[in-house]
Amino acid sequence: MPNLKDLKNRIESVKNTRKITKAMQMVAAAKLRRAQESAEQSRPYTERFNAVLGGLAASVGGSDSAPKLLSGTGKDDVHLLVIMTAERGLCGGFNSNIAKLGRARAQELQAQGKTVKIITVGKKGRDSIKRELGDHFVGHVDLTEVKRVGYDNAQDIARDILTRFDDEEFDVCTIFFAKFVNVVTQIPTAQQIIPASFEDAGDEGTATLYDYEPSEEAILADLLPRGVATQIFAALLENGASEQGSRMSAMDNATRNAGEMIDKLTIQYNRSRQAVITNELIEIISGAEAL
Amino acid sequence: MANTMQFDLVSPERSLASLEVTSVQIPGADGDMTAMPGHAAVLTSLRPGVVKVQSADGEKDFVVTRGFAEISADSISVIAEHAHVGTEVTKADLEDVLTAAKGAVETANSEDKDAAEKFVADLVSLMDAMD
Repeated sequence: MPNLKDLKNRIESVKNTRKITKAMQMVAAAKLRRAQESAEQSRPYTERFNAVLGGLAASVGGSDSAPKLLSGTGKDDVHLLVIMTAERGLCGGFNSNIAKLGRARAQELQAQGKTVKIITVGKKGRDSIKRELGDHFVGHVDLTEVKRVGYDNAQDIARDILTRFDDEEFDVCTIFFAKFVNVVTQIPTAQQIIPASFEDAGDEGTATLYDYEPSEEAILADLLPRGVATQIFAALLENGASEQGSRMSAMDNATRNAGEMIDKLTIQYNRSRQAVITNELIEIISGAEAL
Repeated sequence: MANTMQFDLVSPERSLASLEVTSVQIPGADGDMTAMPGHAAVLTSLRPGVVKVQSADGEKDFVVTRGFAEISADSISVIAEHAHVGTEVTKADLEDVLTAAKGAVETANSEDKDAAEKFVADLVSLMDAMD
């Protein structure tokens, strides 16, 4: 039986752990609220932007002069995977789920004989796929210093991707991130951004006929690169909310587990204490009887 | 016909304005235009400039750089990459954009060079106007 002092120390240390996880949970809850707010506030922009771009793409898309960002390079050989994860750990399955999805896609593409290139955003995802896919890394974006993700961060990433696209380094670009549903559910998602695809381009019939200033093609050529930045920005925000949500539930679990452990250890401690007291009593009594 | 229309100004980071207005002046890529209720449907890209909004509560200014505007008979949406409320904006806010734009001129290939230079010129004239 472990002695009393050891037990006491263990209970103390688990209590300290519980304090830490509890604090992390509360911090994550506060950050989650902020992250959700920024995601909420960017939504009108993203929605309108995509609606307009979708309408334009639907009307110009069919023609031969359509920009490459929309129609693609005509090839499907080199895939660029942008895997977006968090800079920090201790957030449940968040990072590993995204990495897993990215890794599965990379392996699937390799099996089809395609070339895979990977850009990682956030160091946790990078670390977890480095061993298997390290050779395919072509870039990394570090957001450790960034306190609050802004549109500028998204633009920087987008600029990097677009430069590579202009240099014909890849044909298809897909981003990986976790979509925030609620605190317990975050869905790892793959979204193709180059060539651009629009889910809501189908409702073209209801769209108004616009005059374009300057021409339709010029506007489209102007908007498409920004569409990339917009989609990355939206993904970064979703990811931010997902990370905090995931951390919150992970820390909630950890706090609860620590509580259970403390209860168990306390019972054990009390039992041992009783046993020690009983022992002492027996010794005293048998000592007194012997006299 | 109604004499007001719905005006929305959104940037990626937040929605800046959503109100009923009587007219809006927009710095379109091919020149300023003023839209009033019943305007023909137009989609235009923006150059750096000031969006002037006339509503029942008076006039409001917003400084925008890059983006586009969607005008229809009963609504106007300005979708700007950077937008500031006119009274809050300072030159310092635009300094970064200008530096980036100048960098873009350096690296732009001949095709895009004109557009990039025009952007810088528009931005500079906007900043001069703010003095």
